[in-house]
Amino acid sequence: MKPEGKKRIWSEYQKDIADDKFYFVRSCIRQTFFPGSDTTFLKILREVLGKDVYENPDHTTCTGIGYHTEVVPFPTIQTVVARNFALMREKGYVNYTPSCVTSFGIYTEILETWHHFPEEKEKTRGYLKKATGREFEEPENLAHTSDVLYKFRNEIAAKAKYKLINKHTGKPLKVVDHIGCHYAKMFPSKGVGGAEYPQVLAGLVEAFGGEVIDYPERRHCCGFGFRQYFVQANRGYSISASKKKFESMEPFQPDFIITNCPGCNYFMDRWQYALGEMEGKTYGQNGEGIPVLTYEEVAGLVLGFDPWEMGMQMHQTDVEPLLRKMGVEYDPDKKYKGPNGEDLGKPMSPRFVKENA
Amino acid sequence: MIDFGFAPMEVSVHNMDTADLSLAHWINLHDETFNHCIACGSCAATCTAGQFTNFSFREVCHAIRRGEIKSAIDESEKCMLCGKCTLVCPRNVNTRNIIMLIRKANLTFRP
Amino acid sequence: MKKVAVIGGGVTGLEAASQLAQMGYTVTVFEKNSAAGGHVSKWDRLFPNRRHSIEVVNELKSYLNGNPAIYLSTAINKVTKKDNRFQLEAYNQVFEADAVLIATGFELFPAERKEEYGYGIYDNVITSAELEGMFKENGYPVKRNGDKPKRLAFIHCVGSRDEKVKRPYCSKVCCVTAVKQAIEVKEAIPEAEIFCLYMDLRMFGPGYEDLYKEAQQKGINFIRGRLSEASELEGSRVLIKTEDTLSSKPLKMSVDMVVLMVGMSPAQGTDELIAALGLQPNKDGFVEITDYHLNPVKTKVDGVFAAGACTGPNNITDSINAARSAAVEIHKYLNNK
Repeated sequence: MKPEGKKRIWSEYQKDIADDKFYFVRSCIRQTFFPGSDTTFLKILREVLGKDVYENPDHTTCTGIGYHTEVVPFPTIQTVVARNFALMREKGYVNYTPSCVTSFGIYTEILETWHHFPEEKEKTRGYLKKATGREFEEPENLAHTSDVLYKFRNEIAAKAKYKLINKHTGKPLKVVDHIGCHYAKMFPSKGVGGAEYPQVLAGLVEAFGGEVIDYPERRHCCGFGFRQYFVQANRGYSISASKKKFESMEPFQPDFIITNCPGCNYFMDRWQYALGEMEGKTYGQNGEGIPVLTYEEVAGLVLGFDPWEMGMQMHQTDVEPLLRKMGVEYDPDKKYKGPNGEDLGKPMSPRFVKENA
Repeated sequence: MIDFGFAPMEVSVHNMDTADLSLAHWINLHDETFNHCIACGSCAATCTAGQFTNFSFREVCHAIRRGEIKSAIDESEKCMLCGKCTLVCPRNVNTRNIIMLIRKANLTFRP
Repeated sequence: MKKVAVIGGGVTGLEAASQLAQMGYTVTVFEKNSAAGGHVSKWDRLFPNRRHSIEVVNELKSYLNGNPAIYLSTAINKVTKKDNRFQLEAYNQVFEADAVLIATGFELFPAERKEEYGYGIYDNVITSAELEGMFKENGYPVKRNGDKPKRLAFIHCVGSRDEKVKRPYCSKVCCVTAVKQAIEVKEAIPEAEIFCLYMDLRMFGPGYEDLYKEAQQKGINFIRGRLSEASELEGSRVLIKTEDTLSSKPLKMSVDMVVLMVGMSPAQGTDELIAALGLQPNKDGFVEITDYHLNPVKTKVDGVFAAGACTGPNNITDSINAARSAAVEIHKYLNNK
């Protein structure tokens, strides 16, 4: 591998990312699966970096999941997106910052559509006016939340309490960076580092002292798809895609996986459990799974945030092996305690993927 | 094991790192015209057996080159050895001989 | 004595210059590089008979005996036409000419633009031109760590027939070059396993199809499918993926070395030159000629002719033919003036 070659490509795919005054919109599914990640993003931006982030309780889903399963027609999703843009302008913000890669892809696709087919934009204006009485303007800046953390990676690293270094060996942790397909595959120029060698998460990992591993199925989809997962009978198709990735990364012995997409996070975390229960197979070291983290969780850990406050007990693939490697100080007894010390109840342990090995 | 109502699927890819090319090498050793095929398909187009079954001499040879020995040997049974393919082959592939070699190989190579 | 300026000192420029000098014109060749011979001088051996390139280049260079004269390291950066006379400027020197032949040739497609193939990133992904350099230097390919590769894949159509990189056209010579190089590798490293990933094999010239059959006989494997992506494996091996289109199924394999058959792209700087001469590039970016059937060296500007790979991908034979054709056309033009 010639690192200078990657750096050359990275230099060709840099994008404008706003510096402050972010209008933050949430992912539909992340709130339940990785409930602390969005909160961690807000905490890092507001408390660590001192940025202004506005969150409007009136904002809705982008309807991307419905669009990709062909339940929501294109004029409808354009109108929903236009409404979200209108809400942002009403609050005086211009930097749209979605925390979901599907949404990021939807916003990018619609802005590109309007650029090439202005008549679609005009139609949407009409629909929105009719439906809500609102007017909208396009955002001045569209950046995914992982873009924002990428932009501030050095500031975060400067305040780091821990590094992505194995405290037992002193070596950088080996990290698989998995990028959601809709982050850059549809519009490579909209992603930091492009689509073939994305830099957005690799940049974070390197800034925090870790080492990204390049495994053969790096570009393969996690298998989420949309209709492929939502229909139970099709899920074998979905899990097969994740399995192909795990098999491909296994020989490199990754210490954890970082992804920037709610779906990928969910699937790469949960499918390790499902594959364990179906086939008795695990992909991490010592019979453990490979922890799958969001970029906020990684940044939060590096900054010394409490893993349980970040909701990391909600991962189905146990994160404690990683916490120990990083030397994170945490209280194992608080893993299943609520904010006021109340007992949340402990989930059943998987039979094959080892916890706390 | 838990039955979730779905299961991982087999990967359907030619993996040339693990393909068993022993039959391909053996045939080529006995008849070098085996390698001369340019996949034009005239053999399959003219084939007597191919009108009634999905038999294709081109596909049989191709399967052997991808290590799919069992299916190739099974398929070769459909050939009636009429020799029409030998007449049309623009690369002078000795098609009948190759069928005979595949059948002979059945004894040695059948997995 | 009428003067002809030939821009470009590759095989086309040298051949045309020699023919025109023999017809009695005063001919000057302007070559932007420090040596004449163009791309051919960097090649080891030529298809179809694997003659050493140096023989061809040396023969062409032997014609440079004062007339034609050659200026090396001389890029023409300005051309003006006044009263049927051309003024060519290079480094503040002005040259006059009655006719101009554009013979600026081509550039190799910059393989790093096919990002997914990993050229410039993976250790053992090289171009066909680099392989020729290795043949010249060692007689066999070498991996980045100095070892001989035991399993190689030749990837056809890199920067050809590819609208994604704005190269929709066929570069013509890469198919037969891949087959030639595959045979040469097999001869240099007999135990090597070699695969050619192709879409069509466009063996259009004399002896080319024979070369293909020779490659088949030597056990070179031909897989019909375009490389989709390459990934680096441990030990700097390369995993490649394609569809085996003859069985409608994806195919993957790991190899020690990938050779990208880079196509022919319009030469950099040609755009400015032809614009200065009042010409436009054709839709592929090469110099536009007016009649592809009956006068394939004439441009729409009187006194300006174009020959060789600057008009589109060409092999040496076609370039030499075009050079001679241009000499005849220039002769006709200068006599009718």
